[in-house]
Amino acid sequence: MLEWLETFWSTYNTLILSIGINSLLALSIALTLSCGLLSLANAAFMGIGAYAAATLTMQFNCPFELALILSILTPVCVALLIGLPTLRLSGVYLAMATLGFGEVLRVVIMNIDFIGGPMGLNGIPNLTSFWHVLAALLLVVYLLWRLKASKVGRAFVAIREDEVAAKLMGIPVMQFKLLAFSLGAGIAGLAGGLNAHFTYTIGPNSYAFENAVEILTMAVFGGANSLLGPILGGTLLTLLPEVLRGLKEYRLAVNGLVLILVVLYLPNGLWSGKSRRIKKSMTSVQG
Amino acid sequence: MFEIKNLSKNFGGLEILKDVSLTVQKGSISALIGPNGAGKTTVFNCITGLVKPNLGSIQLEGQELIGLASHQVTRLGVARTFQNIRIFKEMTLLENVLVGMHSHLNYGSKDWLLARSSYKEQEKQARETAYELLSLFGLHHQHAQTANSLSYGEQRQLEFARALATKPQLLLLDEPVAGMNAAEKSRLMKEVELIRQRGVTIFLIEHDMRFVMELCDQITVLNFGQVIAQGEPEVIKNHPGVIEAYLGAVEA
Repeated sequence: MLEWLETFWSTYNTLILSIGINSLLALSIALTLSCGLLSLANAAFMGIGAYAAATLTMQFNCPFELALILSILTPVCVALLIGLPTLRLSGVYLAMATLGFGEVLRVVIMNIDFIGGPMGLNGIPNLTSFWHVLAALLLVVYLLWRLKASKVGRAFVAIREDEVAAKLMGIPVMQFKLLAFSLGAGIAGLAGGLNAHFTYTIGPNSYAFENAVEILTMAVFGGANSLLGPILGGTLLTLLPEVLRGLKEYRLAVNGLVLILVVLYLPNGLWSGKSRRIKKSMTSVQG
Repeated sequence: MFEIKNLSKNFGGLEILKDVSLTVQKGSISALIGPNGAGKTTVFNCITGLVKPNLGSIQLEGQELIGLASHQVTRLGVARTFQNIRIFKEMTLLENVLVGMHSHLNYGSKDWLLARSSYKEQEKQARETAYELLSLFGLHHQHAQTANSLSYGEQRQLEFARALATKPQLLLLDEPVAGMNAAEKSRLMKEVELIRQRGVTIFLIEHDMRFVMELCDQITVLNFGQVIAQGEPEVIKNHPGVIEAYLGAVEA
């Protein structure tokens, strides 16, 4: 039995860890989406976290756990800095500005020799264990679960639905947008820090446009309105290319087809979480 | 007492408000009326911090409101509803009202993160209050439905309940009976009176003259951004300037 588990783990460990990482990323963008922010900067924040953590463990022999904490804090600081000017934008304009930020970051990283320039960082120690990823995922899910049940979570949704009305309910809208944006950045950064320490190598192109869109797709595919949705989306979209491996050259086409079908027929994603929500608020008044 | 003094607002070269001054007595129901485009909603937008006036002062109980952000104005006790209803459509009725209580829930991030008792008690209390507010408008049976399932009239009532949840001293209603039928109107009239009895001063914009004349203690008439008359309903009804503004000048 144990032997079987070991073979299974050594074959699939990258895949399993990737599922966790992608779930974290999908949750991070679901958080900013819940506040009505279509921000595509989460791939860039993941990159900042990955570079911060990898530099710390490689160059400064920093303990892994500390490096992970800094992989959260560094993108949070960057998010607070770029959030103030960019979060005044909304809708597609914010999406464009945040995509632009990702592109700028890519070029900047490309030109810093200290962190490997265009070659990226290679030979990153393999420090991420299954337990690290699981703990991170549980922690983030707990945080988001509590947040949803508080006035903060309600304020986020209110801002998404009608910013002007939210203001007039006494909600300091800009402050809450910054909070959602930087929390999302922190979660994405953590995912980046964890990811860097089992892929051996990271580069400036690992966190570009394609990844930004992929993160958004996972959240929307699974259902961005719930907690389970993004995890489901992250899991399935990580597994899908593997499952379709037998289709050889048609793999990506079928992958795309599945996405189109889900978006067409399940616009709220696979798991909308609606029915459960209604039941919950019905019981909570009596309780 | 609520007081607006010498309020002026230009958009580009257009003078929307010219030297508007008016007072609303505490505990009264007052109306702001005038033809379309007179600048009534702009007055409301200036009060609630959505529009910055060029000149003037707006004071609630001696506290200056101009220069404050919208959420600060709300915290000082001004709530409003909108001409085109702005409820949170995807949220349940209860959640809508709970959002209104936002600034009165004063638990910190550690409290909700760890589900401490102060968080739990305040949330429970807030839910009960929200339920009560909904029942004031007969909406309590639908509290778990999403707001987009409500009829037009009910959505308006939900907006009232949500506004009351902010615990206002002054409630601004922007055309509260627009698009309502006679039965809904008379019900709403009772509800506005009920809100006043809870100690809330009401200042409303309305085109329905029967509604205004029956309900209001004091009326201010605005035309082309200027106050042309102010007084009790009887005075306004017979004011020549007002008649001219609404019906045009009498031919000589």
